[in-house]
Amino acid sequence: MAAQVIVVTSGKGGVGKTTTSAAFAAGLALRGHKTVVIDFDVGLRNLDLVMGCERRVVFDFINVINGDANLNQALIKDKRNDNLYIFPTSQTRDKDALKREGVERVLDELKKTFDYIVCDSPAGIEHGAVTALYFADRAIIVTNPEVSSVRDSDRIIGILSSRSRRAERNEPPVDIHLLLTRYDAERVTKGEMLAVEDVKEILSIPLLGVIPESESVLRASNTGTPVVFDPESSAGRAYTDAVARFLGEQREMRFVKPERKGFFRVLFGRA
Amino acid sequence: MAAGTLVQGALFTVMVVRAGMLRDASFEHELAQQVERSPRFFLGAPVVLDLRGAGGFDSPDDFSEARTVLRDFTLALVGVQNAQPEQLEAAMASGLASFAPTAAQPARAPAAPPTAAASPPAQKARIVTQPVRSGTQIYAPGADLIVTAAVSPGAELIADGNIHVYNVLRGRALAGANGDADARIFCNRLEAELVSIAGRYLVSDQLPIDQRGHPVQIVLVEDQLTITRI
Repeated sequence: MAAQVIVVTSGKGGVGKTTTSAAFAAGLALRGHKTVVIDFDVGLRNLDLVMGCERRVVFDFINVINGDANLNQALIKDKRNDNLYIFPTSQTRDKDALKREGVERVLDELKKTFDYIVCDSPAGIEHGAVTALYFADRAIIVTNPEVSSVRDSDRIIGILSSRSRRAERNEPPVDIHLLLTRYDAERVTKGEMLAVEDVKEILSIPLLGVIPESESVLRASNTGTPVVFDPESSAGRAYTDAVARFLGEQREMRFVKPERKGFFRVLFGRA
Repeated sequence: MAAGTLVQGALFTVMVVRAGMLRDASFEHELAQQVERSPRFFLGAPVVLDLRGAGGFDSPDDFSEARTVLRDFTLALVGVQNAQPEQLEAAMASGLASFAPTAAQPARAPAAPPTAAASPPAQKARIVTQPVRSGTQIYAPGADLIVTAAVSPGAELIADGNIHVYNVLRGRALAGANGDADARIFCNRLEAELVSIAGRYLVSDQLPIDQRGHPVQIVLVEDQLTITRI
């Protein structure tokens, strides 16, 4: 199989791109695919924290782009899964350091060894975000069920379909998927949040999954463990389902309807 | 901000010279005579080169040559029309604009074969089949605009003619952008942020509640935007 470049993007900040990149990369690795996740958020490095490898960063993406280090020096092997690698970015530089030719060279090099290359995009629609999506074969649009996030997602979908390399070369378009995160079925019932169907209708792209709002996500970030490694958590299971759908499996959508809380759940308030 | 200032359309008279004529000896003679007759009219006048059926013109040199010939008659070459892709590339490389094909101009030079007496071909509408995403602006100069997919909030459709949206219209739609008060807007579901015809506009808040979410047409009647169900 030819290596695939997957961009995780959203336009808006704070919707869960890095959490999704980490969970998705780990999920693909757990399924036996050799996967690397790259932090494109130059200057606001976070992926290393979420992946729990912040103390092992020596060289970074920008060092490799500039030829100051080679790939093997910069790639960090995950301690939990042999198929998973983390490619951290620089905290001291900014997005202008992302030169398109350099990024292309690094991606081509990675394609030789990896099945999936997951690109964690910065927020916004400027140079950094456009560079992150430029080489994508597939895209995961992370959207929260609220109007501003949906509008920003719509904008970034427009950029994917007009300014990606596939668009510029008139190749088959980037395969775009919607991932709805921080979904709270109860608040949707109360009319405080957009429903899955509303978001799908506005964005008109296929739905990859719905990730419920869950305490486990915050816990996962703070402990540096991608949430798919926690099979107990609803978010972890939802991401595992989304990865399976991404790989072409059919799985029923869970967490879309409000959960009936059992007696013990109410008592202990577990999400 | 008034909707009328969003787009400033302007119409100019531009002479169209057929590329074949440039290579015709009698054309230069004819042109020289015309320029002599009304030098003020021709002084610095913009010219578009019509490349329909013209061979060559595939390198920027050809265009600089054409530019030189025309400059001798005080004419300024500004663009091309009906260019083949490689001709267009060469034209762009020499700084020329691409003009949309227009109805055939009556041939001026006697050397040119008389054009068919058929009526000019209708201006083709611009058709868009992909969703129009937030931040995208689509302009149909001198034509109708037809969209068969959804138009998102934050997207903008502009046409000098009518606008048809055979889907939900959530963005902005500005018809008759160069002042045509007879232009209309049609949509399958009205949820627009703004609709405008010939500079008169209504924002989302001003759209009648009972018309929202319905298939409507919007017409300018006595300078008032009028929305009716279809």
